[in-house]
Amino acid sequence: MATTYFTEDHEWLRVEGGVATVGITDYAQEQLGDLVFVELPETGRKLSKGDTAVVVESVKAASDVYAPVDGEIIEANGKLSSDPSLVNSAATGAGWLWKMKLADESQLAGLMDEAAYKAHIG
Amino acid sequence: MTGDDTKHLPLEDIHVAAGARFGAFAGWSMPLTYPAGVMKEHLHTREHAGLFDISHMKLFEVSGPEAVSLLNRACPLDAGVLEISQSKLTFFLNEAGGILDDLIVTRLGDERFMVVANAGNAVADERHLRELAKGFDARVEPLDRVFLAIQGPEAWAALSRAGIETGSLLFMHGVEPRKNWFMSRSGYTGEDGFEIGLPKADARGLVAKLLEDERVLWIGLAARDSLRLEAGLCLHGQDITPETDPAAAALMWAIPKEVRASGAFIGADALRASVERGPAQKRVGLKPDGRQPVRAGAALFDGDGKPAGHVTSGGFGPSAGHPVAMGYVATPLAKPGTRLFADVRGTKIPVDISSLPFTPHRYRKG
Repeated sequence: MATTYFTEDHEWLRVEGGVATVGITDYAQEQLGDLVFVELPETGRKLSKGDTAVVVESVKAASDVYAPVDGEIIEANGKLSSDPSLVNSAATGAGWLWKMKLADESQLAGLMDEAAYKAHIG
Repeated sequence: MTGDDTKHLPLEDIHVAAGARFGAFAGWSMPLTYPAGVMKEHLHTREHAGLFDISHMKLFEVSGPEAVSLLNRACPLDAGVLEISQSKLTFFLNEAGGILDDLIVTRLGDERFMVVANAGNAVADERHLRELAKGFDARVEPLDRVFLAIQGPEAWAALSRAGIETGSLLFMHGVEPRKNWFMSRSGYTGEDGFEIGLPKADARGLVAKLLEDERVLWIGLAARDSLRLEAGLCLHGQDITPETDPAAAALMWAIPKEVRASGAFIGADALRASVERGPAQKRVGLKPDGRQPVRAGAALFDGDGKPAGHVTSGGFGPSAGHPVAMGYVATPLAKPGTRLFADVRGTKIPVDISSLPFTPHRYRKG
């Protein structure tokens, strides 16, 4: 059973078996507008919480997406190379950004659940 | 800047009702996008008609027996040879020939001109022009207007449906179709289109009529920027600044030959010297290879890794279908086809110098 967490930086994490699938929320994609490019991370890269994992580029601007917890990239969503607009059309589904193996599951305790995130964005 | 200083568009309520997302630009709270989004807004403008609220820009009327002399001193321009209704792109330059602002000057009468200035420079422009006007029998009057642009191949038809005939007006000409209205066939998108300055009460009526037309869609500042960049048009403060002169900016075409040779405008000597020795850098179009946008501020390098220039505007061109940019490069490199490399977060992205515009201009010149 997967559990979904949210961050104040408008990311979501779906965690199952020590692996988190990470993306940006629908609210975030709406704020960014139409994406034209996603700079994906290399598999095997080790990230600390707060490191830039991915850069998403809209027509107008580039924005960093940070690692919400420590871990190692095990897969990036290659479909975004040819169709970055998947992040706009399916932010919490087919528009996921990367999968990471968690280094310290206790860090998840500091994240929000969906109800808290909804309150956060008002 | 504190929130209290932010200026608001006179028609802000209409933009709020249209679902605009606002952002700060040049001291103004401006609609950046509407619910359609930047991509659709951009493409809609090229295919149909986009409506822009550009009331952050400033209109000045310059009038009086010495209005021509004042403008000839303030700008590298021969205002006296402009025909009535003719518009011209020109500049305010500093003594070093650097571009303080780019402007459109339109002759309205023998002794009357309309000057359209950029939002970010409007206050400085007014001060500059008023100071210069002290030496001339001429008046400078800032006008209180809503300023709208309607751009795209169906702009003329949408205006016609709204009761405004544009038939004989050609590109870079402007007229006063009604009392306190100013309408020019010009714009910032590369498309056929119009800019209309008019009193607020009239503007509400015109906007309502235009928006009844399904060909017309509100377009925000984000698409305005991608449209002008594809069209190769400069944004003052980025692509042209007080540190760049018209020679480096590849804008000498805007200065008539006789004015270049013998004009007595501010900055004339410095500009002549710059033309004489040739600018060290020139403004060029840049086409990044692949899909990744290269943005303002990115450093450019040649094939040997030596510094070659920098990017001043960059983003994605929805009509071009690829990233587009412009910037300044060392003059010997400023030839279409030259391959350079842009540093984007530590990665070197190949970029080719490209002729401008990226999308062909579709002005109605005759």
